[in-house]
Amino acid sequence: MNALLLRDLRLALRAGGGFGLGLAFFLILTVMVPLSVGPQPALLASIAPGVLWLGALLACLLSLDRLLALDWEDGSLDLLATAPLPLESVVSIKALAHWITTGLPLVLAAPVLGVLLNLPVGGFKWVVISLLLGTPALSVIGTFGAALTVGLKRGGLLMSLLVMPLYLPTLIFGAEVARRGAIGMEVQTPLLMLAGISAASIALLPFASAAVLRINLR
Amino acid sequence: MSIWEYANPKKFITSTERVLPALWAASALCIGVGLIWGFFFTGDEARQGATVKIIYLHVPAAMLAINTWVMMLVTSLVWLVRRHHVSALAARAAAPVGMVMTLIALATGAIWGQPMWGTWWAWDPRLTSFLILFLFYLGYIALWEAIEDPDTAADLTSFLCLVGSVFALLSRYAVNFWNQGLHQGASIFRAEAVIGTDTEEKVSNIFFYPLMLCIVGFVLLFVALVLYRTGTEIRARRIKALMARERVAA
Repeated sequence: MNALLLRDLRLALRAGGGFGLGLAFFLILTVMVPLSVGPQPALLASIAPGVLWLGALLACLLSLDRLLALDWEDGSLDLLATAPLPLESVVSIKALAHWITTGLPLVLAAPVLGVLLNLPVGGFKWVVISLLLGTPALSVIGTFGAALTVGLKRGGLLMSLLVMPLYLPTLIFGAEVARRGAIGMEVQTPLLMLAGISAASIALLPFASAAVLRINLR
Repeated sequence: MSIWEYANPKKFITSTERVLPALWAASALCIGVGLIWGFFFTGDEARQGATVKIIYLHVPAAMLAINTWVMMLVTSLVWLVRRHHVSALAARAAAPVGMVMTLIALATGAIWGQPMWGTWWAWDPRLTSFLILFLFYLGYIALWEAIEDPDTAADLTSFLCLVGSVFALLSRYAVNFWNQGLHQGASIFRAEAVIGTDTEEKVSNIFFYPLMLCIVGFVLLFVALVLYRTGTEIRARRIKALMARERVAA
């Protein structure tokens, strides 16, 4: 399992084009928001938590098609499927690698981009916490979507269509935590819901992803 | 006699073809009588005026929009467990019907909402979750269309349906939490209303009977459409198999 994790991380870091792109996309999106809605500080402060969440979600989504597709093309996915390691673990590790290379940098970059969007001081903590809790769910759900569409030639757009509705609960609760935190409201309920969604997705969805991957590999 | 007999495509087609004309006629009769009764022989509601009459389309469509997904969930499970092709094809046949029902519910709701709420669209939980349901239908249908191998497509869409059901339910509660509602609660079937202890508003009987007729008509129409479309899917698959056989022979 460690070997697989290290392999995926190394590939993401050294193969180029994968690691930094999500972050760059997140930055560009954040820059484009004031350019499109206007630079008024009050307006930006009120939409900042939502924009940061949406940006993180889209950056996650865009990096999903590399998650399994490359391994599918060069056949290493077939090897992994016949390896002694259960396929459920394989997809969990892949989701973890995706989170480390995409989700975690986004979480770390969010406060910096929050400055650009005039995020209220109290909001920084909650944006980071909500993203830290929510992005693992995004990675795991995304792995399911990637497993569904791995066999398709042009699966990218279809995968977005499939994955985005599945992202909605996470987005709603995550952005709600960030929004409430930014204006100093009580955050406990959405925070617990977000944590619950993350925990349940991490625990259960790898089984669905593995089942779907087996169908695609048959 | 068991229901699994109809998993045989031949048996399915011959028996559904026998009942289909009756189903079409019954649904047309119910919807026709219900709509005419509703539109012309019931009075206007005190506060809503004539706009109330859109419930004869709105309510049945909304009920079917949700229940179609439940039906797809059941047939997907049957396919995954018992591998009956008819079951998978029924799920495929039902999805566009459900999507259209969702659209009808959204459109009639908007038309009603414009004079009553003063807006075509509000980010009300019910409206939002219906829009989300529409997105789920879109993804499901798109996945069916995208995959060539029929068995793989059936398997993958079944899994999408299972996982999607969980997330659709989650979204329902998430949007409930996210925004306060403008939409009235369910006012036709409520346990309290049946026992008679209900003191809240309930759809009055004048509107209730034609509405029931419309609901029955819509359900019959749904069943007829799904049976018909499933038969079409079975035939389409048979044609594909025949053509493949011919290509091999040639």
